[in-house]
Amino acid sequence: MKRNTDFSELARHSGEWLRGTGPESDIVISSRIRLARNLADFPFIRRCSDEDRISIERTVRARMEAIEGWQDIRYVDIEQLSEIDRQFLVERQLISREIADADGSRAVAIDPNEQYSVMINEEDHLRIQVMHSGLDLSSAWDRINALDDQLEGTILYAYSQKYGYLTACPTNVGSGLRVSVMLHLPALVITQQIEKVFRSMQRINVTVRGLYGEGSQYTGDFYQVSNQITLGHSETDLVALVGENVVPRIIEYERKARDFLVSQGEKDLHDDVSRALGILSTAKKISSEETMHYLSKVRMGVNLGLINDVAVGTINKLFIHTQPAHLQKLHGRLLGSSDRNVERATYLQRHLAGPVGNGELN
Amino acid sequence: MKCQYCEKPATFHITELTEPSGPQVMHLCEEHARGFLQKDNASPAVSVAGALAKQLNLGQTKKELAELDQKECPVCGISFFEFRSTGRLGCPYDYTHFEADLEPLLINIHDSLEHCGKRPRRAAASADSQATMIQLRREMEEAIEREDYERASEIRDELRKIEDAGTRPVDSDKSDSSASASGDESK
Ligand SMILES: [Zn+2]
Ligand SMILES: [Zn+2]
Repeated sequence: MKRNTDFSELARHSGEWLRGTGPESDIVISSRIRLARNLADFPFIRRCSDEDRISIERTVRARMEAIEGWQDIRYVDIEQLSEIDRQFLVERQLISREIADADGSRAVAIDPNEQYSVMINEEDHLRIQVMHSGLDLSSAWDRINALDDQLEGTILYAYSQKYGYLTACPTNVGSGLRVSVMLHLPALVITQQIEKVFRSMQRINVTVRGLYGEGSQYTGDFYQVSNQITLGHSETDLVALVGENVVPRIIEYERKARDFLVSQGEKDLHDDVSRALGILSTAKKISSEETMHYLSKVRMGVNLGLINDVAVGTINKLFIHTQPAHLQKLHGRLLGSSDRNVERATYLQRHLAGPVGNGELN
Repeated sequence: MKCQYCEKPATFHITELTEPSGPQVMHLCEEHARGFLQKDNASPAVSVAGALAKQLNLGQTKKELAELDQKECPVCGISFFEFRSTGRLGCPYDYTHFEADLEPLLINIHDSLEHCGKRPRRAAASADSQATMIQLRREMEEAIEREDYERASEIRDELRKIEDAGTRPVDSDKSDSSASASGDESK
């Protein structure tokens, strides 16, 4: 592993999971699986002394270093990071908000392709996560299962024959597994069917949440579907519940809603998404919320073939790279909120103005 | 109306659509509501409190719960009250010590009491041995603090013995665990 806290290179590129490919990637942004694990010989984080946390971090780091094939993994001491770098890793979805805001010794090991990361001293001693582009849960499961095997070959986990992997919160006990699929559902939002769809799922043990919600408002029409239960079902069953049972149904509803929108008035829809692209590529200053709102429209327009010159991968990347910490990393210095709005508009223009300027949208 | 998790007034009333038992309404103060909405999964305190509230409805009286709140884990010292107000347990032994009280909660949350998925190739043999390991580790830290390094290294040996004895055999090298265990703390 390499200790490395220079994220400037990372900021310029984007993670594999954003490339906008993979099964159903017009609707499914990413498939994520995480496993919660704890060391057998320490209390859970909440009851850990500062020394305990330091000792956990050292123990886990030493053991990870010994794992074959982990030479290229970046190892980041989160406690030493600036606020902006922590925020950057949160926007990148490599660490959770919870570990960013926590106190004391904590760290994250990050795969160079950003497909997986292992958080140390989050709510549990270990949080392993794998993220793939599109609806790709079974290969995500294979990957995380292999990572878990490597770690448990060298770390003694808190485990009970009856209850399985013991976790700090009883909502994670058993498999410790949370499957989360991030969906882009603009047509269900526009047609006001989203609540109805989710209500129809209320008995299937899944949780649906808006993504990046700053408050109670969902922004950007992104929703995350996750399994709710972790005990009493095998990992592959839980993966199948979300990936084969629930998500394909939501995808089907979203496709129908998109077809409906197109049939109702392709000209209006075309106008709407083109205007969204126009604003994004010509605005001189723009807020984060507005950007999300219009990017969502453009993303749908691209997927419906109404906009041809922008790649889905570009849009996916713009969602992440126009967030506050990313803009500041890319700009190379701290920016106040109104400067960020200017910087965001400049960034959007640089990535979107080409095709519009060429008149290829007409 | 008061917030479900603290004494502040509940200003947010959030309906969760995806609860297995049907829509669930939650009454939260601004701070708890923000915490709840910002997490990508329901915050543990919220789901645990929801399940506990159901439990209370299902027969546990307020008096019984008040008694339960006093109960403390002998290993980590967490009280049941602290657990239910934060949603987080203190150590692996809590699953044994609070077993009778946690079971109805686990049923409420998961509708199950038995793990049937992956099993680690290495795992501490019993809840008791895990509890002993945590206690020994604490003693070791105390020994280091008072600069009693002889006692600290005795405890380290003891810990390693339990780790080796407690684990079911690993298919690969056993030397790895003891080798790295000795190196970790001294770095
Ligand atoms: Zn409150
Ligand atoms: Zn305990």
